[in-house]
Amino acid sequence: MSAAGQGPGAPFAAGTGLSAPPSADPAARIAALPGGSEWTLEAIEQYDEAIGRIAARYRLDCYPHLLEIISSEQMMDAYAAIGMPVYYHHWSFGKHFLATENRYRRGQMGLAYEIVINSNPCIAYLMEENTLPMQALVIAHAAYGHNSFFKGNHLFRQWTSADAIVDYLVFARHFIAQCEEQHGIAAVERIIDACHALQTVGVDRYKRSSQLSLAKETERQQARSDYLQSQVNALWRTLPPLPERERPTQEKRFPPEPEENLLYFVEKHAPLLEPWQREVVRIVRKIGQYFYPQRQTQVMNEGWATFWHYTLLNTLYDEGGVSDGFMLEFLQSHTNVVYQPPYNSPHYTGINPYALGFAMWRDIRRICETPDDEDRAWFPQIADSDWRETFDFAMQNFKDESFIAQYLSPRLMREFRFFSVLDDDSKAKLQIGSIHDEAGYQSVRQKLSEQYDLGRRDPNLQVWNVDLRGDRSLTLRHFAHRRRPLDASSANVLGHLAYLWGFVVRLERQNADGSVELVMQKSHEKRATPSGAAP
Amino acid sequence: MTVRIVDRRFDSKHKSSVNRARFIRRFKGQIRKAVSDAIGKRGVRDLDNGEKVGIPGQDIAEPQFGHGRGGEWETINPGNDRFVRGDQIARPQGGASGSGRGQASNEGEGLDEFVFTLSRDEFLDIFFDELALPHMVKRQLARIENFKRVRAGFTQSGVPTNINLGRTMRGAAGRRIAIGAPYVVRLRLLEKALREWLQLSANAGADPDAPDPHKAQLQQDIARLRARIDAVPFIDTFDLRYNNRVRVPQPTTQAVMFCLLDVSGSMDEERKSIAKRFFMLLYLFLNRNYEHTEIVFIRHHTVAVEVDEDNFFSSRETGGTVVSSALELMRTVIAARYSSSQWNIYGAQASDGDNWNDDSPRCRELLQDALLPLTQYFAYIEITEGPPQNLWREYEKLQTRHPGHFAMQRIGSVRDIYPVFRELFRKRGVQGA
Repeated sequence: MSAAGQGPGAPFAAGTGLSAPPSADPAARIAALPGGSEWTLEAIEQYDEAIGRIAARYRLDCYPHLLEIISSEQMMDAYAAIGMPVYYHHWSFGKHFLATENRYRRGQMGLAYEIVINSNPCIAYLMEENTLPMQALVIAHAAYGHNSFFKGNHLFRQWTSADAIVDYLVFARHFIAQCEEQHGIAAVERIIDACHALQTVGVDRYKRSSQLSLAKETERQQARSDYLQSQVNALWRTLPPLPERERPTQEKRFPPEPEENLLYFVEKHAPLLEPWQREVVRIVRKIGQYFYPQRQTQVMNEGWATFWHYTLLNTLYDEGGVSDGFMLEFLQSHTNVVYQPPYNSPHYTGINPYALGFAMWRDIRRICETPDDEDRAWFPQIADSDWRETFDFAMQNFKDESFIAQYLSPRLMREFRFFSVLDDDSKAKLQIGSIHDEAGYQSVRQKLSEQYDLGRRDPNLQVWNVDLRGDRSLTLRHFAHRRRPLDASSANVLGHLAYLWGFVVRLERQNADGSVELVMQKSHEKRATPSGAAP
Repeated sequence: MTVRIVDRRFDSKHKSSVNRARFIRRFKGQIRKAVSDAIGKRGVRDLDNGEKVGIPGQDIAEPQFGHGRGGEWETINPGNDRFVRGDQIARPQGGASGSGRGQASNEGEGLDEFVFTLSRDEFLDIFFDELALPHMVKRQLARIENFKRVRAGFTQSGVPTNINLGRTMRGAAGRRIAIGAPYVVRLRLLEKALREWLQLSANAGADPDAPDPHKAQLQQDIARLRARIDAVPFIDTFDLRYNNRVRVPQPTTQAVMFCLLDVSGSMDEERKSIAKRFFMLLYLFLNRNYEHTEIVFIRHHTVAVEVDEDNFFSSRETGGTVVSSALELMRTVIAARYSSSQWNIYGAQASDGDNWNDDSPRCRELLQDALLPLTQYFAYIEITEGPPQNLWREYEKLQTRHPGHFAMQRIGSVRDIYPVFRELFRKRGVQGA
């Protein structure tokens, strides 16, 4: 699993790559950077340079980056397109835009300070309304923090191609615009609607094995038959044949193995889709796949970026680059971001990924630098190690689920005062499972890790069978995890799937005891039959 | 490594406008309903602004597979202040923290109303969608306010910025070929002659480089012709072609709208406000169809006066009603200021239908003989909840005789204004212009 490069990545800042951490370098006092709250392009450039220098000393390995200054309206545009610089047109983006605009205009929400795009070069947006300290914060957070995470983490390296994404989006936009011209906006919109509904179940969780070349395939077959030939023993032929027995004939399923990527299955196997429709399905699927690593690494990624803006700016302050006023403004935003309301607060909406991530990265550094006995017992492999190397290893080789399972320390659980609540709908009351005590650490950590496991968080749905010889109906199987049902909107999603598939679609549920029941069934919408259909 | 900073603030802003328009087009039905609700709620005078509308969130939800409530959920929460392992606690009502899905809906409002703001244009588009002004025949060239420059081929003179390179070079190439052609023909002949002569002399065994007057003459002629051809200018002022644009007058269409309001004692404030809203709608609608719209306000009780907008809606008189006085005045005003050959004339009359009994037939005659021939469309609305009054009965006769030109509707309450308006201006099938 840890194939994606161990140890530090490519030495990107070769000259300073091996220097000691900055705290050991008292001579590094730098000239004061511009103060005040008004920003100018020159000031931003100076800040970027100063932060970049410190980042290089910390051996942060980043893509080159591009800072784009945008207005609040453009920020809302970017929101609607999930931050991407180009996107195809669809009404749902218009809906998001209107919702954002309305809430922003009425003061119900502020806009995010930054959006950063995992591309090469990495694009970070700075909003013009931000003050200078905020711009510095955003640069440190996005252009160095997120950027290095995108470059290092194995999920991003494996699943996204930062060099190609913008080009691909441009292609997608053109292709879809072309389809709209040829087939009408309504037809294209219909298919994108359906694809969007399936986008969360349209991702690959594992790499598909690449197709064997014909030569390899024949070679392999040859080897097999050679082996069989070498095992032939004429003696066996003398045995009398077994009487024919009634064998239970199990119908062969298609696909032979269940397929969890519904969009992939539709793209490859839906009987009635036109070639352009398959391409649209593919586009939506590819873009969904591109965002999948982000969903898997929220805590790590945000925590990493927050840790680095905190560390970089503090270093800048220690070296005399910025003033106390700058730090106060920065710290105020920073503490807002990493605030974790307790469960009984009216503001509580779940665990704040910024808070948890930031605390964990800080904690890992603490364990590396000043471990106590408990840490040594829990984390023998990282206690007293070089924190930068430990950081890079952790950043590169984990996702939220495994990161928490690996690195959440008992001390942090005590600080957050974590406790687990079991909500079983067959019982009248909620039960407290385990809390932040000696007996509960393992269990709390494991449960928190599961909470971030997308495999458990999203319903487990697989294409189970297609009735190839009959009515071509598609059967979807939901493997219910801890008796959790699907929500009400799944009927609509199934309708969309039926549209794509073109024939009846069934949804079954397989319970923990292995029993299978039919949940619902959707028949396809009538399509215009192509000319040349049978009379 | 220097960073690249791109200032995008001045790039095009409305990147989402396409998506926004798609959204509105897709949910037109729901939005129109919301818009027609909105008109009941707010004053017509500020109809001209955008409008905040809400449509049911259910309709526009984007479904995805997700877990519903039920089954077992074991969640981790921070901030334990009282619990120890094994505690049993009551399920919180509303289940905000109980189910602990960990993800706040990013829609915020969830499945409640989806509220957003329409721009003024979007609002009016939807508001007047599928409505049309009947008989917009007289789009007279009344006043010429502006000119539009349109392409009109190419000219031989102009300013250098307008040079059309393609045309110019094409012309130059043609000219070069045409002027050079006679020389080329002669050149070919001479070259042929030279070749033949050389061949001949070679056959005769003469030295090809030996001086010979005939050969020298031929070579000289050839050189002269070549020079001639080369002297044809590559490009000549004669070849220049310029893009030509001419100013075309843009006719402005204009309309005048007569608002006739009954301000007699029987018209109370509420009825007047209904009439006012109706007139405002009509005004907005005309404004969208004509570039230049004027309004004439006429109010009447027993006598009619032309007033300005404020007086029209505010002051109140008492006394009887003679509707024909207003129609008379309208005729006079038309005759004096709005020649029907130059103006599209619309009339809208609002009244509670109370009229002097003897006057109603006269109103009908006035309309039929004097006004309807001049106007594009005349609408009468009767604001009353009671039974139709005598004016209504008289006008009914008109309606059957002038189906496309005259329409009448009854408005009971504010709620009816928009439906009635839509009914009056519903797009009708193509019926004779």
